[in-house]
Amino acid sequence: MNSTFEIQSILAMHPILELRNLKKHYATQKAVDDVSFSITPGSIFGLLGPNGAGKTTLLRMITGIFYPDSGEVLFNGKKFDALKDVQQIGYMPEERGLYKKMRIGEQAVYLAQLKGLSKSEAIEKIKYWFTRLEMQSWWNKKVEDLSKGMSQKLQFVTTVLHEPKLIILDEPFSGLDPLNANLIKDEIYRLAKDGSTIIFSTHRMEQVEEICDHIVLINLGKKILDGTVNDIKQSHKQNLFSIKFENEVLPEHLATYLFEVKNAGKNELTIQKHAEYNNNEILQYFLSKGLQVNAFNEILPSLNEIFIRQVEGTNATARAFQPVS
Amino acid sequence: MNKTWLIIKREYLSRVKKKTFILSTILTPLLFVVLIAGITYISVEEVDQEKIAVIDKAGFFQGNLENTKALTFEFPSGIDTANYDDKGYSAVLFIPNDSSANYQLYSKKQFGLIAASQIEDQINKAVENNLLKDRFNIDSKTIDSIRNQAGEAEVQNFYGDRTEVKEGNSKLAYAIGYGAGFLIYITLFIYGTMVMRGVMEEKTNRIAEVMVSSVKPFQLMLGKIIGIGAVGLTQFIMWIILIIGISTAASALLSPETIQQASDASQQMNGQAGMASRATSGFEDFSETMGQANWFVIVGCFLFYFVFGYLFYAALFAAVGSAVNEDPQDAQSLMLPIIMPIIIAIMLMMKAVTSPASSMATWASIIPFFSPIVMMARIPFGVGDTVPYWQLLLSMASLVAGFLFTTWLSAKIYRTGILMYGKKPSWKEMWKWAVRKA
Repeated sequence: MNSTFEIQSILAMHPILELRNLKKHYATQKAVDDVSFSITPGSIFGLLGPNGAGKTTLLRMITGIFYPDSGEVLFNGKKFDALKDVQQIGYMPEERGLYKKMRIGEQAVYLAQLKGLSKSEAIEKIKYWFTRLEMQSWWNKKVEDLSKGMSQKLQFVTTVLHEPKLIILDEPFSGLDPLNANLIKDEIYRLAKDGSTIIFSTHRMEQVEEICDHIVLINLGKKILDGTVNDIKQSHKQNLFSIKFENEVLPEHLATYLFEVKNAGKNELTIQKHAEYNNNEILQYFLSKGLQVNAFNEILPSLNEIFIRQVEGTNATARAFQPVS
Repeated sequence: MNKTWLIIKREYLSRVKKKTFILSTILTPLLFVVLIAGITYISVEEVDQEKIAVIDKAGFFQGNLENTKALTFEFPSGIDTANYDDKGYSAVLFIPNDSSANYQLYSKKQFGLIAASQIEDQINKAVENNLLKDRFNIDSKTIDSIRNQAGEAEVQNFYGDRTEVKEGNSKLAYAIGYGAGFLIYITLFIYGTMVMRGVMEEKTNRIAEVMVSSVKPFQLMLGKIIGIGAVGLTQFIMWIILIIGISTAASALLSPETIQQASDASQQMNGQAGMASRATSGFEDFSETMGQANWFVIVGCFLFYFVFGYLFYAALFAAVGSAVNEDPQDAQSLMLPIIMPIIIAIMLMMKAVTSPASSMATWASIIPFFSPIVMMARIPFGVGDTVPYWQLLLSMASLVAGFLFTTWLSAKIYRTGILMYGKKPSWKEMWKWAVRKA
């Protein structure tokens, strides 16, 4: 009984994708420098990093477009085999691309066939998706007749059409209006719930916070953060609290051995507690002063703040994408 | 393989279904036939009749100026530069009484080049006849018959070893060799650049990255090269069928007399009409000498050199296409090293059709960079003798080996180049992409 449970839980936790010490060096720089992480099936995984951090190179190694200089990629526990495993992967690169002169229906069928679907299967699935995303009338249009947002939607459909186990989306919301962005976001949730694993690469933190279960932050080719969104926030908290009082408080009369006042309003304070004291001691201090506390909240840093703090000071912004030579 | 097939199919169908392809496939041979028919027609029918009044002060021109289709010479009296127009002449030709050769032609409108040169020819002939009669008492009829007899000589070349002697037709071999070499030259350009533009399109549209997440870059490149090659082959076959069809129909409509007339007329003229002369007399020769050429070998070799010559160069064009970005000027400068050997080959070919067995022609027809064009210039002169079998086999084998090599090399440049944006790489950088492993 007990052992069966263990086996099941091991199977469930078996990562769909595991990167081990991946390295890719170009002549002038280390694009990806010893990166390892793993992704559990069915999760939405965020790959974050500033421009030029090495995200695209990393994704290209995962999709088999580039070979790593060293290290390995395991897909479903086995060494990644580009020939076989690309059928299981759907990749939407940041630079979207479609054949401009081709009719949309034909184009979707063509891309699906290249992923190994038969023509009839492809047509059936395209019809399903086009109906879902209200694109039925597009079939005979050409890509050059579509707006940027529309072709983005089409690109998303062609990425997920063949029901890949691993879906890689590089900046999926750029160029989408809020309505369509929500539509795509709902589809991402649904795909994850149905068992697909999603890698979501972006530098837009607010989206990550909302969508992702687990994130990895890379900068200058190196992994600098790895964990669930909550764990990362907890480990980067700065002991900041926001306290609201019934009456007016005068910050200059408050004890400074416990905390430092960061910001003061009429009956509101933002404090940074000294690490050796716990929350109760702080609260007790205010109560002992006879102040009536209406609200006492810990302020967790946003991912955006953590991101900026981690990346700031490095020469990340100065590093543009360099050509291979 | 299945995916490569899908790519070939798309590349082929997307081009063949284009209106421009259909139009150019149908219109080019039509235009070709119409052009020849038009020139033939014009040379027969559209000749301006010029009536020229001659004021002959020298006195020996009457009867010596021969009328042609376009020109009629008359010797009326009482005509001068003031009244020729009223009397129905289009020009008046004044012939002086001395040997100054100061001939003057007065007309309302300027005479065309052909008409003017015909007048000069007639005057020269008249002067020549007069001198011959004066000094040697030979009349023009005697001279003509002497010329006719002297002009009949034709060298027939019997070649080969002693047991089997073949009759050659080096003019026909020249024409076929030149035509075939030139055709391959043009196709290398047209379809090579089509491959290059196709690759550039995929790169600038950014679909390359989507594609290589499904297929190998090599499959993508090969699919494009084969697909476009099939487009070229289709167009060729359509052209051949249409040209044969249309010219058969045209020659059925035109009676043999008309063709004979056309060649007579054009032989009298020179200048622009010379083309019609060549076309029509070529047409006559065509049926006569067709049987003398070994068509089976020529067509077979043509298809081989067309296909493998295309494959050899298309891979290189694909590599260049993958390396450049939006800027077409980048493509031009990177294309130069590929275009140079093609241009050198056409120059070698022009030499090879005049001396097909020279050592330069022999070597050029074995080196894969030149062989598709140069070997096609030599083959019509005879396989087995002018072109020994070992040379043909060596040439074919080295072309196939060359094609495998350029494809392998290009594939490595291609897989790096197609995902690379930014500044144009140098040839040195591209070489590094090619020799780098994986």
